[in-house]
Amino acid sequence: MNTSRSPTAAPADGDAPEDKAMRRRRQSTPASIPAVRRGDALDVANLPSYGFGTRSLMWWGTAGMSAIEGMGFALMIVAYFYLKSRSHLWPNEGGPPDLLWGTVNLGLACLSAIPNVLADKAANDHDLRKVRIWLVVFVIFGLALLGVRWLEFTALNVRWDASAYGSAVWVLLGLHTFNLVTNYADSLVVAAVVFKGPLDGKRFVDVAENAGYWWFIVLTWIPVYAVVYWGPRV
Amino acid sequence: MSADAGSVSAAGVPLERSQRARRKRADAVAGSGEVLRDGAGWGSRAALALDHTWRDESGFIGWLRTNDHKRIGKRFVVTAFLFFCAAGILAAVMRMQLASPDNHVVGPDFYDQLFTMHGTTMMFIFAVPIMQGMGVYLVPLMVGTRNTAFPRMTACAYWLYLLGALSLWFGFAINTGADAGWFAYVPLAGPQYGIGKRADVWNNLINLTEAMGLMVAVDIATVILKMRAPGMSLRRMPLFVWASLVASMMIIFAMPSVMLAANLAQFDRTFSTHFFNPAEGGDVLIWQHLFWFFGHPEVYFIFIPALGFVSTIIPTFARRPMFGHSAVVLSLIATGFLAFGLWVHHMFATNLPELGKSFFTAMSFMIAIPTAAQIFCWIATLWTGRISLRVPLLFVLGFFAILVLGGLTGIMVGAVPFDLQVHDSYFVVAHLHYVLIGGAVFPLFGAFFYWFPKFTGRMLDERLGRWQFWLFFVGFNVAFFPMHMLGLQGMPRRIYTYGAETGWGTLNLIATIGAVVIAASVLLFVVNFVRSLAKGALAGDNPWGAGTLEWATHSPPPAFNFVALPVVASREPLWVREADEPTHVSGLSAQTREGLVTTVLDALPDVRYSYPSPTVWPFIAAVTVVIWLFWSNITPSGMYYGLIPPAIAFVAWYWPSRKETAEELLLQRRP
Repeated sequence: MNTSRSPTAAPADGDAPEDKAMRRRRQSTPASIPAVRRGDALDVANLPSYGFGTRSLMWWGTAGMSAIEGMGFALMIVAYFYLKSRSHLWPNEGGPPDLLWGTVNLGLACLSAIPNVLADKAANDHDLRKVRIWLVVFVIFGLALLGVRWLEFTALNVRWDASAYGSAVWVLLGLHTFNLVTNYADSLVVAAVVFKGPLDGKRFVDVAENAGYWWFIVLTWIPVYAVVYWGPRV
Repeated sequence: MSADAGSVSAAGVPLERSQRARRKRADAVAGSGEVLRDGAGWGSRAALALDHTWRDESGFIGWLRTNDHKRIGKRFVVTAFLFFCAAGILAAVMRMQLASPDNHVVGPDFYDQLFTMHGTTMMFIFAVPIMQGMGVYLVPLMVGTRNTAFPRMTACAYWLYLLGALSLWFGFAINTGADAGWFAYVPLAGPQYGIGKRADVWNNLINLTEAMGLMVAVDIATVILKMRAPGMSLRRMPLFVWASLVASMMIIFAMPSVMLAANLAQFDRTFSTHFFNPAEGGDVLIWQHLFWFFGHPEVYFIFIPALGFVSTIIPTFARRPMFGHSAVVLSLIATGFLAFGLWVHHMFATNLPELGKSFFTAMSFMIAIPTAAQIFCWIATLWTGRISLRVPLLFVLGFFAILVLGGLTGIMVGAVPFDLQVHDSYFVVAHLHYVLIGGAVFPLFGAFFYWFPKFTGRMLDERLGRWQFWLFFVGFNVAFFPMHMLGLQGMPRRIYTYGAETGWGTLNLIATIGAVVIAASVLLFVVNFVRSLAKGALAGDNPWGAGTLEWATHSPPPAFNFVALPVVASREPLWVREADEPTHVSGLSAQTREGLVTTVLDALPDVRYSYPSPTVWPFIAAVTVVIWLFWSNITPSGMYYGLIPPAIAFVAWYWPSRKETAEELLLQRRP
């Protein structure tokens, strides 16, 4: 976002050892300059070697995968209402799912946006210390989300093999859980690299992109929550 | 990285010089801080270094690890073509069975497997993968870059596809071949009637091939949007690249539908869910909706890359730029959108509301408009050009004739009352083969002849090509035209035999003769292919005098594609050159695999990009995913325990190595 474009303008972040390492790397990586014309050639040697947001190829890959997964959610929701329109028993005898845990998770998901945004911003600023802090907070949030998700499955009041209603509810929630678990695993790996692995500027892009994918998890949870918990009530 | 002794590098450079370049590279990366940059011509030090940097290791490990889009693209094309031949043999067996009434070459159960395997293989293992494979090979060359955006993902996609296809055919070999038709309708493919593991194998194939399709689609779309040569704004993008972009976008929005459907069906089979079980509140029609919401666009993302072939071949052999370039682009995009509004015309025989059906009839008619617009543009291009009637153009002309016939019967079956008469009859079989073979296979053979010199450095034989074309054209019409009549006479599809009293014997015999002629034509192509590979005439860089960028490098291209990335100032950069524009890019590292990311609309140079190195993990990941799927068919707990090996493989795939990081830091500049 407000990335400094000058190598000398890097702000000092205190004197912890990782900050020194970070500062040394900043000094050894000059800022970019645009492509320049040299005779018949267009010299790109001094372009940046990575970029954030739409400048990063991985952003486009993640966007494509989000479109695919989003299409999966949309179709599953259509299937849910299609089956609902054909069935007399919706929900079945057990009644609709209990609201408590799902709603708690909606709150948690929305709150998790805070460490997510802050980790994203820290990554854009190349601020290793803050990236580590917010990734840890974020990982704790994710753990809470997964725990509550487990409780959600216990409060659905229907088994997947009881009726088409049960099948639809389990698969819809299962589909979201699959995405939740994969993105959580992603976050753990990215956090591990940020603490342990060999670091270069591209790893900050990884953090930012992981945060971007998390938005997909949060934003899809809102309609999936609405359908799973309020679909049988309307 | 070991180079094999005594060989000659891809750029034609003797090895000792290459080794010197390697030493140089080692020195540079070790810390002198000086990086050898590209931008000089063939034979320069930079070119030698590029060759060393991009060449795969020799031997089996190098073969397994490669993420070179050209090698993977060729694998896609060759694999898909072999499965095309295999599925063609199944078709030939079916034609033998149907050649005369009350025939007993095969029995009904085996016949069910035959037509299911034929359709499934042709649609999922041949048509879609071969079009995507051509894209994997050609798109990076046509947009002027050195590899796909996500080369490891391309590699993984190929392995998923190959393993999926082999598993389907392995099932067929042990009498577990899918047998519920290529669209696997429930309840026939559901737990109640689809006994044994036949339907499970089919569902797994869908998961694997669609995962492949989606991965490649995201990959190609990213290359097209972000890795075009500087100056190749959207207005200057070649038509095949446009077609690949439209097809990729369609795949992204269509394939999730069939994947979801196949998984719901598999859940019904493995976990006793009730999506398609009316007794427990499920519904069978939703399968048809989900399948055809994918299935109809599928026809178009097979057809649209073929339109791209046609729009590439015609300007080259008419010796002029495409007439109505923008109109063709808009038609491709319009076709892409309209294709999503047609799916219900496969379901006219179900009890859907009649008013709804008329909407889909209107949409089915409407899609003729963009197709016609393109046909007029092609005719105008040929009309005003100087035609050179070589084999690729011959196949394109054959495509015109057959596609127009198939399109006309398409308009017929697009009307509800007519469709109800011929639904599930041989009329539909005739129609779909006219559209798919006419619309996709004819342009594909044209494309083989057109790009074979680029793929291999040698020309296919022209005389054999003409023979092949005429055998194919005549054989095709002899085989499939009588099926229109058979359908109108009431012969249903998917019956393993018929009685003599029906009077269908003669037309069926004619159709079988046509099938034999088609087989001879395909055989001729295989002969031509093998012969030309060994001793065809050498092609040179640009044998057809074409205008697009893939011809701006050697045939076959070296591992690094371009010695310097081109800069583009017109639609046909090899035909029209602006005097005052730069001609090429310089300054990318020749010692690491580096590429260039440009902006979406104008293709301005924006960011350098370091490509991932080749590794074996995409292969291992693909194997573990396949094991996971089959494990989950055998026992439900495989569904979650089976996820652990792929998770490990994907993490290992991603984890950055110290060497890569060191190279990255050497070249790093902050945004």
